Amino acid sequence: MDLQLDLLINAIIAGLLIGGFYAAVTAGISISFGMLDIVNIAHPAFIILGSYIAYIVNARLGIDPIVTSIVMLPAFYVLGAAVYQIYYQSFEKRGQESLRGLAFFFGVLFVTEVCLLLVFGVDYRSVSAPYIGSSISFAHMEFPLRLLVPCAVSLAMFAALEIFLSRTFIGRAVMAVSQDPQALRLMAVDPTRIKRIAFGISIATASMAGAFLIIIQPVIPSVGRDYIGRIFAICVLGGLGSLPGTLIAALLLGVIESITSVFYGPSWAPAVSFGILLLTLAVRPSGLLGR
Amino acid sequence: MRTPVFILVQIAIAAALYFSLRAIGNDYLFFLGYTVLQFVVLATAWNILGGYCGYVNFGSSGFFAIGVYTSVFLYTVGQSLDDLFPASIAGPLHAIFPLPVPVDVVFGGIVAGLVGLGTGYLTLRLRGVFFAIATLALAIVLQTFVVNWSFVGGSRGAYIIPPDKVPVFGPYIEFLFALMLALVIIALTTARLIERSRLGVGFATIRDDELAAEACGVPTLKLKLIATVLSGALMGMAGAPFPFYIGYVEPGSAFDLSYAVNSIAMPMIGGTTSWVGPMIGALLLGTLQQIATVTISSAVNLLIVGLLLIGFVIVAPNGIVGLWQGWMRKRSRA
Repeated sequence: MDLQLDLLINAIIAGLLIGGFYAAVTAGISISFGMLDIVNIAHPAFIILGSYIAYIVNARLGIDPIVTSIVMLPAFYVLGAAVYQIYYQSFEKRGQESLRGLAFFFGVLFVTEVCLLLVFGVDYRSVSAPYIGSSISFAHMEFPLRLLVPCAVSLAMFAALEIFLSRTFIGRAVMAVSQDPQALRLMAVDPTRIKRIAFGISIATASMAGAFLIIIQPVIPSVGRDYIGRIFAICVLGGLGSLPGTLIAALLLGVIESITSVFYGPSWAPAVSFGILLLTLAVRPSGLLGR
Repeated sequence: MRTPVFILVQIAIAAALYFSLRAIGNDYLFFLGYTVLQFVVLATAWNILGGYCGYVNFGSSGFFAIGVYTSVFLYTVGQSLDDLFPASIAGPLHAIFPLPVPVDVVFGGIVAGLVGLGTGYLTLRLRGVFFAIATLALAIVLQTFVVNWSFVGGSRGAYIIPPDKVPVFGPYIEFLFALMLALVIIALTTARLIERSRLGVGFATIRDDELAAEACGVPTLKLKLIATVLSGALMGMAGAPFPFYIGYVEPGSAFDLSYAVNSIAMPMIGGTTSWVGPMIGALLLGTLQQIATVTISSAVNLLIVGLLLIGFVIVAPNGIVGLWQGWMRKRSRA
């Protein structure tokens, strides 16, 4: 087979697998930014926190990071609900979310990063699991399991989230709160409570995304910053608040980034997401599947 | 106070500061002072867009680094004139290069202002948060470009060798300190002029209710672009002397996130409504950080900044100036 074509196919496969992981990383932002209108730029910090928890448990007890992250879901949910409560009391209630709310989340992002730095230092940390390192080959195509497993679990999580939002009462209330909180109040539902639940869920997804991240690559505290541009690019490209749009955009970004790093070098990959973000904002601000 | 008087007062204070530091005769004080003054410029610049218009810029480190790398670029061009140009052009250019640092500052300001204009034009027409997100990503992308650009050192970094002495000023650091003092005067005067002009009123209408302002015929996009360009240019100007101060720059230090955090935290802690707030915040926080870096550790001092930022935005939304005004009001009532 032609070498160039071979490279291209493998780049696309790796991109799709990474894209599946990006979907998990962006799911939380899609809920908090897309549906609740809370610009949680600290989301990557919670993801890195998830990575480090998975790392500690893996290093001490040898438990699989994905299992750890599922066990940690309630803890992250509570953390998210608590952060929302502070945010609501201090900013949303007073109508100051645009300037001070943003600064607040920026502070949270920074403080989390520095705390992790003080505790764990700047060494790269990674986990061990039986599937890391092996891969399935099919024809000329390589499917590394360290990408395949997170991608599969991430898609499952994404599907569960979509079913929850479109089928359950609370899920539909979350969708409604983004459109018309006043109408929701008329239905005897407290919008603040719904937003608290939704924000808790959005932070809970960070636990799993963190576990995927540390399976895919070694992690240092500052790696979260690389994901800020990516997650917002995906979220905007997919269309705010649309989970299917987010998934398509995540796969798209994964493939474009992968092709860029194979053919132009990995040091150019971070520029891709910014290019996509600017292009989307300039050409079609409502995104692919935006309302 | 009228503007010319205000400028004279500032020059008097600056001169007093400069000569008293010289009288003490410790070069370290100049190094320390330079860093604090640099933060005064950054905080004031951030506040023009953030405090007056209510638009958050997370990319201060990006704009700062534009200034830094403009200087590095011009310096490298000056170093390799004979390789870059044919002899007929290189000859006269030798008379101009190496450019004096104040010229670098002007160029740094122009480039940073243009980048601000471009980013602003693409994102400011939409909701404010898109601009905030774009600035956040902007710093990362600019860093990617610099890392891949070997002419300015790439990821290896670049060495800048400043001359040892300067006529009149003596040691180079004293010259840089004086230059930074001049930039502080420019920044504070600009901020104060904006506050007292029609421009400032326009900015305030954007901050308070953009939709209503638009409906009343305020050219909001134009005003926002003016604010972005001014703010970005001042940040670039603050960055331009940095390579000569530090001697060696690499992308990690020029794009350090701490610049972004500090230039948000300082106005927020000082107070965003007037030019006094960012200055107070920068002087306090800048000095505190210098002390913490020397006595504790540089990671802990960043933690302090982050925690102070979170604490102030929750507890004292109008910063130290707001607390002071509240206290004065209470006292006058009693």
